[in-house]
Amino acid sequence: MMKAKLHIMAAMATMAALGWGAPAAAHDHGDPERGAALFKACKACHQVGEGARNRVGPVLNGVFGRPAGSVEGFRYSAGMERESADGLVWTWETLDAYIENPKALVSKTRMSFRGIRDEQKRADLLAYLRLFSDNPADIPEAEPTEASALPNLSPEVLALVGDPAYGEYLSSECTTCHQVDGSDEGIPSITGWPVEDFVVAMHAYKEKIRPHPVMQMMAGRLSNEEIAALAAYFNGL
Amino acid sequence: MKLNRRRFIGATAGATATLAAPMVRAASDGRPRVVVVGGGAGGATVARYLAKDSKGAIDVTLIEPTRTYYTCFFSNLYLGGLIPLEKIAHSYGTLAAEYGINVVHDWAVGIDRDARTVTTAGGYTFAYDKLVLSPGIDFVEGSVPGWDIDAQNEMPHAYKAGSQTELLRAQIMAMPEGGTYAMVAPPNPYRCPPGPYERVSMVARILKQHNPTAKILIADPKPKFSKMALFQEGWSNHYDGMIEWIGPDFGGDKVSVDPAAMTLDIDGEVTRVDVCNVIPAMKAGRICEIAGITDGNWAPVHARDLRSKMDDNIHVLGDSCAQGDMPKSGFSANSQAKVCANAVRGALTGSAVFPAKFSNTCWSSLDENDGVKVGATYEATDEKIAKVDGFISKTGEDATLRQATYEESFGWYEGITSDMFG
Ligand SMILES: Cc1cc2nc3c(=O)[nH]c(=O)nc-3n(C[C@H](O)[C@H](O)[C@H](O)COP(=O)(O)OP(=O)(O)OC[C@H]3O[C@@H](n4cnc5c(N)ncnc54)[C@H](O)[C@@H]3O)c2cc1C
Repeated sequence: MMKAKLHIMAAMATMAALGWGAPAAAHDHGDPERGAALFKACKACHQVGEGARNRVGPVLNGVFGRPAGSVEGFRYSAGMERESADGLVWTWETLDAYIENPKALVSKTRMSFRGIRDEQKRADLLAYLRLFSDNPADIPEAEPTEASALPNLSPEVLALVGDPAYGEYLSSECTTCHQVDGSDEGIPSITGWPVEDFVVAMHAYKEKIRPHPVMQMMAGRLSNEEIAALAAYFNGL
Repeated sequence: MKLNRRRFIGATAGATATLAAPMVRAASDGRPRVVVVGGGAGGATVARYLAKDSKGAIDVTLIEPTRTYYTCFFSNLYLGGLIPLEKIAHSYGTLAAEYGINVVHDWAVGIDRDARTVTTAGGYTFAYDKLVLSPGIDFVEGSVPGWDIDAQNEMPHAYKAGSQTELLRAQIMAMPEGGTYAMVAPPNPYRCPPGPYERVSMVARILKQHNPTAKILIADPKPKFSKMALFQEGWSNHYDGMIEWIGPDFGGDKVSVDPAAMTLDIDGEVTRVDVCNVIPAMKAGRICEIAGITDGNWAPVHARDLRSKMDDNIHVLGDSCAQGDMPKSGFSANSQAKVCANAVRGALTGSAVFPAKFSNTCWSSLDENDGVKVGATYEATDEKIAKVDGFISKTGEDATLRQATYEESFGWYEGITSDMFG
């Protein structure tokens, strides 16, 4: 169990490093209606929606968040079984890589499909398929429905001088949990920190070096300027 | 080459300022007026941020019938004997005294969108330039056959906190030895996805102490719920054999009740129970319907500023709005309120409008010192608020981590309540 989890993380890290599943910023968000039209090409083998069953390919209801090769009663290729054992999980990013070029992700897959080169078409198709998996509004842990556009990190980040006014605006997200008056019951104080310590700590969360998941998530989508702005603001409290 | 966020913000702020200027409608004393209906997680937060950040430039009125707001969040911990009722009670005194908000204890009963006025049950009329509605939820009539609001004393919902929560706790404490507590769980979407299951954990906790042979029965129309594996693991760790969950495969979606007989009918099988906690299907607070801004059960809004899709001068926050991927939670309502306050202030005073960012974390207590959590970040797209990242506690975590998570939830509670009430 734990081992599989680690593999997933490793797989995701590799994929990120390879630049697969490039952020949504590069294209328009997927359009499920256009995706439904594209799905016609998949229908020879796959079913999705109410009453869908396994055919030549496995049923695609609930595919987002599902470990690869895990649909009960479906006989997978040895290649897919191996990816499954290695911890491949179907997410927006992994599915995007798979439908771009199935054999590049799962070399011995039985899915005989060339793949879709057009990024927008893949986004449309995934947006359609996403409708048949858990909704994060009901099940918050369900897979994301969009890829986030994260800024690049550069070595100059530590030298950035933050804008405390912007920091004050952004801080409203922090103060949901961290108290402005610096008290620390259950959640540590973040006021009056030296700017550099603050910036380093936030980047450590952002890079997922520091372990706390809430902070990894919060820091994960802050830009370098935003981190600098927060550091400037909380330093001055 | 990435979009430079700072330049982007500058451009947005400039555009907003030029667009916003002609929209400002002077009130009698020259200040633009915002009326907020509902003083809960969304409403109290938006009122406080508008008053605080505009430094008096906006005239803020908050209409809320109750003088004491009981948070639903942590009300389960009260049921579980972990905190006293006073811990979840809050007053509006600081919002009035320190932030200059005009707090009106009354019900909003009418909204005239052309005249831009809100009327109250007490007979007053309030004019607005921008109206923010955050009235929480109401129940869908007839969703659990046999139950209606008149039966809420026999079969409490305790899904709006306060007297209902106290009543439910008293009924649980009065259960006969070896008796049965039943819950009728709600269909999606409803406020606080893990809420019913945290409640079951807390009820189990109190029964284990006071009535260890008692049983818990859950009838659920959903095949799957948030943190399901974590709850099931917690229930078998702490309350083994006490809890029976009946999903739709076994008739959990075919339920009716008879409050007079205290019976629960699950797909034709009738059981007499001692406590029946009916959590009906939910819809937006009724004032949204009255305003004519709902589509089906909820009020659709734009993702970037929580502006109603039916009326540019109305914003809807929290449980009542249909925004996309965020769960209906206090954390979500609070997060949306800050984005909304920034946008409304920008529209009324020309102040800078920053890009929308949202987040949510739901902590749940399985037992004292055993906490789990699920969280996510969200971004605004043209269609909806979309989930972009997230995490969830793992099964099999060690006791130290679980205790830290539990303690963290108390920290969050202090944080959000001071963010709401000052
Ligand atoms: C048991 C339980 C546990 C929960 N636990 C958590 C948790 O741990 N974390 C979390 O984040 N969320 C939790 N929640 C969810 C959270 O309570 C709600 O999502 C949140 O309160 C929604 O905020 P809101 O502003 O939309 O509505 P509310 O907070 O309900 O506020 C609505 C207010 O509007 C007022 N109102 C309604 N109609 C009118 C009217 N016509 N005129 C004037 N005023 C009106 C009401 O009196 C009320 O005070 C829990 C909920 C429940 C039931």
